[in-house]
Amino acid sequence: MSWTLALPEIVLALSGLGILVAGVLPRRDMTFPCTMLVLGAFVLAGVLVLMQGEGTAFGGQYVADGFSAFMKLLALAGAALGLVLALDWNRAEGLSRFEFPVLVLFATLGMLVMISANDLMSLYLGLELLSLPLYVIAAFARDNARSAEAGLKYFVLGALASGLLLYGASLVYGFAGTTNFDRLADALSSPQEVSAGVVVGIVFVIAALAFKVAAVPFHMWTPDVYEGAPTPVTAFFASAPKVAAVALMVRVLAGPFGEIQGQWQQVVVLASLGSMVLGALAAIGQANIKRLMAYSSIGHIGFVLMGLAVGGESGLRGVLVYMAIYLFMNLGAFAVLVAMRREGRAVEGVADLAGLGRTDPAMALAMAVFMFSMAGIPPLAGFFAKLYVLLPAVEQGFWILAVVAVLSSVVSAYYYLRIVKVMYVDAPLPGFAPRPMGVSLVLAGTGAFTLFFFLLPAPLLAAARKAVAALIG
Amino acid sequence: MLSIGLAHYLIVGAILFVLGVFGIFMNRKNVIVILMSVELILLSVNLNLVAFSARLGDLTGQVFAMFILTVAAAEAAIGLAIVVIYFRNRGSIEVEDVSALKG
Repeated sequence: MSWTLALPEIVLALSGLGILVAGVLPRRDMTFPCTMLVLGAFVLAGVLVLMQGEGTAFGGQYVADGFSAFMKLLALAGAALGLVLALDWNRAEGLSRFEFPVLVLFATLGMLVMISANDLMSLYLGLELLSLPLYVIAAFARDNARSAEAGLKYFVLGALASGLLLYGASLVYGFAGTTNFDRLADALSSPQEVSAGVVVGIVFVIAALAFKVAAVPFHMWTPDVYEGAPTPVTAFFASAPKVAAVALMVRVLAGPFGEIQGQWQQVVVLASLGSMVLGALAAIGQANIKRLMAYSSIGHIGFVLMGLAVGGESGLRGVLVYMAIYLFMNLGAFAVLVAMRREGRAVEGVADLAGLGRTDPAMALAMAVFMFSMAGIPPLAGFFAKLYVLLPAVEQGFWILAVVAVLSSVVSAYYYLRIVKVMYVDAPLPGFAPRPMGVSLVLAGTGAFTLFFFLLPAPLLAAARKAVAALIG
Repeated sequence: MLSIGLAHYLIVGAILFVLGVFGIFMNRKNVIVILMSVELILLSVNLNLVAFSARLGDLTGQVFAMFILTVAAAEAAIGLAIVVIYFRNRGSIEVEDVSALKG
């Protein structure tokens, strides 16, 4: 029996149920112990992922390979850092409830199932297991009208995306005769014989996945949800679930639909172009920094989709490297956002950062590093992320994509550098409340990664290459 | 004598799906109608899956439909819970009032 392949998921699920009981039974506040238990479960799951064998399980529903291991470790790391950020913030906002870490745990379980999905059915179940807790934590500040509205919008549009995915899946099932990815790859191996029904189904599936990664034209929920949701929840949304959704997109498009790349390539190219341009232009006028980061994340997804559209080994490796670097620099930038708290209230205007260079030089330096990195300025990590998706695009002759990518990168540098200017040049405002321990830890870790990535890029590149080889081998 | 084949089921499924999508986008009244539209979309997919399953002589589609029914129940519960907290904050569930966040 090969169910032991799914040990990371099984352990996470069981510990989630156990932690839920541990949170309910005692009469005192269990938020801190539950958070620590969830972090422990993440570490345990990470170790199990590292020790995991390879193969398929549960009648071909589940696959474990090098690609899934790479993406799962990223998702677990992102979820753990997001949880650390949320701990102090929730306490300061009076949102300390033990359900929060448990919901994050179940969302992470959904991500792992998604990443290992080898069938449209397990893909759907993983995606829903991820989405349902996310709807809840978007509305977690339930006495705050903005948070409730963010939850409502995310729910409605997320449910619509699930509907699109399912409709596409039903068409693929009907016209190709199977939902299993391996058998789909066999059925679709000759591009000439693919029926129109399958192509329509694939386009529906791509639309739904574009929804989950917030790519243009399915991005409209992102700014509202990012702005309304509690800041650490936004940090979580922008990191781990994106990794999982991109992993799913890569697995579906490069795996079962890999042979008919000609049918979906233009769709991904258009989504990529639109995301890069919108991410660069729409963020310019934003005064709310969470909204700005939402558009920034749309722009980054455009770059990731560029790697996916180019495809091949180097393009997909670029996608994986981009996601890894994006995950850490984005969490670092959000750590600064989480620490923005003045007179007991969270502030979220770009102008509120004024004078941070004088009131908290260390945090300002870290934020400057993240902003320069996102703008793609060498030698920071973000430069390499962009480099590894641009090079394959140029090599394969995707000139329009490459030119638009460089131009939008230049435009977006404007608003990243504006934040640096506000921190160092504008007249100082009173300092923020002392930054919590968790924020400092996340800042130090992600800052060091972003700053010193260029010294030792080989391990990440080698891991990404191995992961891609496992996928398209 | 009219016999009902796969195409008829697919057309009904497509009509229900389009009705559901339009229900989400065109509806200006009430959030509850959106929840109903989401159910309509999911049920149109179930109809598709079961029709394909019968046609292909393969049980996968029916198993898939069962999973969708289960998840749809959980989704509706969470959706209603979010609508309740939204109503507590704003005192209204008119779709046009859901506009505090924009820009």
